[in-house]
Amino acid sequence: MSEYTAKDYKKGQPRWCPGCGDHFFLASLHKAMAEIGVAPHNVAVISGIGCSSRLPHYMATYGMNTIHGRAAAIATGCKVSNPNLSVWQISGDGDGLAIGGNHFIHANRRNIDLKMILLNNRIYGLTKGQYSPTSPRGFVSKSSPYGTVEDPFRPAELCFGARGHFFARAVATDAEGTVNILKSAHAHKGAAVCEILQNCVIFNDGTHEAVYTKEGRAKNAIYLKHGEKMVFGENNEFGLVQEGFGVKVVTIGQDGYTMDDVLVHDAHCEDNTLQLKLAMMEYPVALGVIRDVEAPTYDDAVNAQIEEVKAAKKYHNFAELLETNDTWEVK
Amino acid sequence: MADNLKVEELDQVVVRFSGDSGDGMQLAGNIFSTISATVGNGICTFPDYPADIRAPQGSLTGVSGFQVSIAADKAFTPGDKCDVLVAMNPAALKTQYKFCKPTSSIIIDVDSFKKADLEKAQFEATDAAGAIAEMGIKQDVIEVPVTSMVKDVLADSGMDPKAMLKCRNMLALGLVCYIFNRDLSIAEKFLREKFAKKPAIAENNIKVIHAGYDFGANTHASVSHTYNVVSKQTPAKKGRYMDINGNKATAYGLIAAAEKAGLRLYLGSYPITPATDVLHELSKHKSLGVTTVQCEDEIAGCASALGASFAGALGVTSTSGPGICLKSEAMNLAVIMELPLVVIDVQRGGPATGLPTKSEQTDLLQCLFGRNGETPMPVIAATSPADCFESAYAACKIALEHMTPVVFMSDAYIANGSEAFKLPNLAEYPAINPPYVPESLKGTWTPYMRDERDVRYWAVPGREGFAHILGGLEKDSKTGAISTNPENHDLMCRLRQSKIDKIQVPDVEVEGDKDDADLLIVGFGGTYGHLHAAMDEMRAAGKKVALAHFRYINPLPKNTAEVMKKYKKVVVAEQNLGQFAAFLRMKVDGFAPAQFNEVKGQPFVVSELVAAFNKLI
Ligand SMILES: Cc1ncc(C[n+]2csc(CCOP(=O)(O)OP(=O)(O)O)c2C)c(N)n1
Ligand code: SF4
Ligand SMILES: [Mg+2]
Repeated sequence: MSEYTAKDYKKGQPRWCPGCGDHFFLASLHKAMAEIGVAPHNVAVISGIGCSSRLPHYMATYGMNTIHGRAAAIATGCKVSNPNLSVWQISGDGDGLAIGGNHFIHANRRNIDLKMILLNNRIYGLTKGQYSPTSPRGFVSKSSPYGTVEDPFRPAELCFGARGHFFARAVATDAEGTVNILKSAHAHKGAAVCEILQNCVIFNDGTHEAVYTKEGRAKNAIYLKHGEKMVFGENNEFGLVQEGFGVKVVTIGQDGYTMDDVLVHDAHCEDNTLQLKLAMMEYPVALGVIRDVEAPTYDDAVNAQIEEVKAAKKYHNFAELLETNDTWEVK
Repeated sequence: MADNLKVEELDQVVVRFSGDSGDGMQLAGNIFSTISATVGNGICTFPDYPADIRAPQGSLTGVSGFQVSIAADKAFTPGDKCDVLVAMNPAALKTQYKFCKPTSSIIIDVDSFKKADLEKAQFEATDAAGAIAEMGIKQDVIEVPVTSMVKDVLADSGMDPKAMLKCRNMLALGLVCYIFNRDLSIAEKFLREKFAKKPAIAENNIKVIHAGYDFGANTHASVSHTYNVVSKQTPAKKGRYMDINGNKATAYGLIAAAEKAGLRLYLGSYPITPATDVLHELSKHKSLGVTTVQCEDEIAGCASALGASFAGALGVTSTSGPGICLKSEAMNLAVIMELPLVVIDVQRGGPATGLPTKSEQTDLLQCLFGRNGETPMPVIAATSPADCFESAYAACKIALEHMTPVVFMSDAYIANGSEAFKLPNLAEYPAINPPYVPESLKGTWTPYMRDERDVRYWAVPGREGFAHILGGLEKDSKTGAISTNPENHDLMCRLRQSKIDKIQVPDVEVEGDKDDADLLIVGFGGTYGHLHAAMDEMRAAGKKVALAHFRYINPLPKNTAEVMKKYKKVVVAEQNLGQFAAFLRMKVDGFAPAQFNEVKGQPFVVSELVAAFNKLI
């Protein structure tokens, strides 16, 4: 049992709009932190800029609310130089995938031990409602009054494309689901992307409607658990089966499909092909830990290499470094 | 040997080695300067690389040069022009001849002046004599059959012909050593150490050097006499030395400062000429615990360094001008978060990609002011290759002790140029004491509490009882909470400024005729050697001249105004269109200096400086 409670991680009074999904997520983060039990002074929460990036102000941990898009880069230096810290990155869809897209993919590629939280409301909240890189094609916003003419990123696809080893998804209002993936992210050594489907009540209300309520999730979401059959529906009447190169929803017991045909989730599978298919489904929306594969982390490797070179080389301080050069004496 | 030849004593001599990129001219030049430094001469080198990595062999764009000046006392510059030019091929002769004086001797490899070689260098002539005539060269040209001699010497070595040709530079070096009465034993030692793992290569190179030397002795190298530069010994010069270029000295300064402060050194960087060697050098020294991360871009380089500083390391980022553009937002963040950060700008020609391998001082105002908001930032400009060590150390000390980003400016000229560097004894360097928050403040501490220097305390994550948040939004001066209060913002802007103003920097030193100069030369950063040489030349001609050269740009030394106003005539000389002059005018009321400005991407030419300065007196 952890010696901490959610209260130990809580600070201040959030200033998000009433009903904003960020409130729900913050409560789950406090709860998850308490269950994880890393002391608040060993946690660094680092965000960029956006409504969601205000979050570190409400954490009684070390934190930085930095500049737009750079949270992952700042967190990288933090983790690499002080590997004892548990480092959490908080970004919105704009912060993490538009202006910060480059850092997002490279943090995943390097596999730095960062917990990368992506609060996806498919809108720029703080700047009052422009479309974001996760807004669907045709989306009408203040900066796209006639609808956007571009396709969105899907965070999982970007994460996998960048060779990410951990991807999980939860709905902000689903406390249990959120706490679960945050704990799994913490347990995973390496870059761990958690996409949080978050509603912006002001500028993009209803964007995640199908899964935002418990009832909705019962119908439209599937909770994936490693090693368990992929079944969903109010009475677990539906299952996912493989068909050709794709995954298909079937009713168990109909059209000749039995429980034996239903796929078992393998989050640890190195090959991400099926995991990607699951992450990309629009019905049902996959929740939980979709991919969780062990791999060497960048911060470990950097520090291990330093130790190796220390053992191999004969100079270990500045004075000894000078001696590695050709020198001459003026008498 | 040279027994019946006259040996002429000189105070200073300049040799320029030039050839194809693959001809090993940098190595030959390096060995020659090391030999000279070892006997106590002052040295100053200027490697002049071609911009193309692999230009076609023998082409005009593929010529690589290495100029070294050796002096009895201190060598302030690599020299405007050379006394001896080594040209290994026609392209080198054609492009480097402009560095010759009327009295220069020119050494060519006559074997590489065949018709085909000459065509590649766009000569009409078909042999060496023709080429010399075509260029109207009047100086002595020593035609040496370098290639065939190398092949002869190495005939029994078992080397393949291609490998043999790699030794041509050593033949030229041997001959130059003969002309300047240099002791070959030092070259031998150098080569045996450099090729410690391949002793056969070392011995073959040594054989070739001797052949070059003997060629000179036997033929008297078609010269009437040889030269010697005797070293002037002064007690201050005593000690152990190494040859160092500015980028390496910068890296060493960072390492030394981190060690002194007891901190991990973290470098976040993205490769860019001419700064990349700082990344290369630091990446080698993991046994000192140095952490280098080659980031996805300059933004991440700077941002990650700031993250490292937040986490308790000495965060450093290195780049050149175009990279500073990208780093400016994170530099700004460092200003408002009040965290230590060292930003290294090795300047090159701009704007944009500009002249990547050439040197300028055009980033000064960018470093001082190129950010949004009121963002005061200390700026230090290194004045010579070896001074990069001192300046980098000073930059780290200020950053860590005053909790601020600091810009360390260098330039392509001092970054690549080298000079003798007296091995520093770290124990004699000032301590570096970051203002860690004292344990006694637990419970009452807030992130923007300040000491009497207006410096806030540093609470490194991991310390219990000091968890706090920093960020890019303005904070309340007392509580550290986000604040948009107008009075508070005004106060915070003033506090951040006052913190920088309160940094103590040494007075600017006036050299030369400090009491009665008719002209004060003012400069900053990498032009020190040239401005000093210009002053020396003018004083030798009987003029009263002084030099005030700045290393500390922001804050300026306290005696700046006094010095600027003391002299009848002041000229600010810089490799830009007047940025430092503008800054001085802003800081010193009523200051109206003359200006000497040049933006050619090349080091100043001392004779041109002297001519221009003479007109001002
Ligand atoms: C360099 C820079 N560019 C633009 C902005 C303006 N800006 C602030 S937040 C933001 C977008 C926020 O969207 P998102 O990251 O999705 O966060 P949300 O507010 O939706 O939580 C923008 C464009 C800025 N602060 N800095
Ligand atoms: S604007 Fe939207 S995202 Fe921002 S706080 Fe309000 S509801 Fe939340
Ligand atoms: Mg958003």
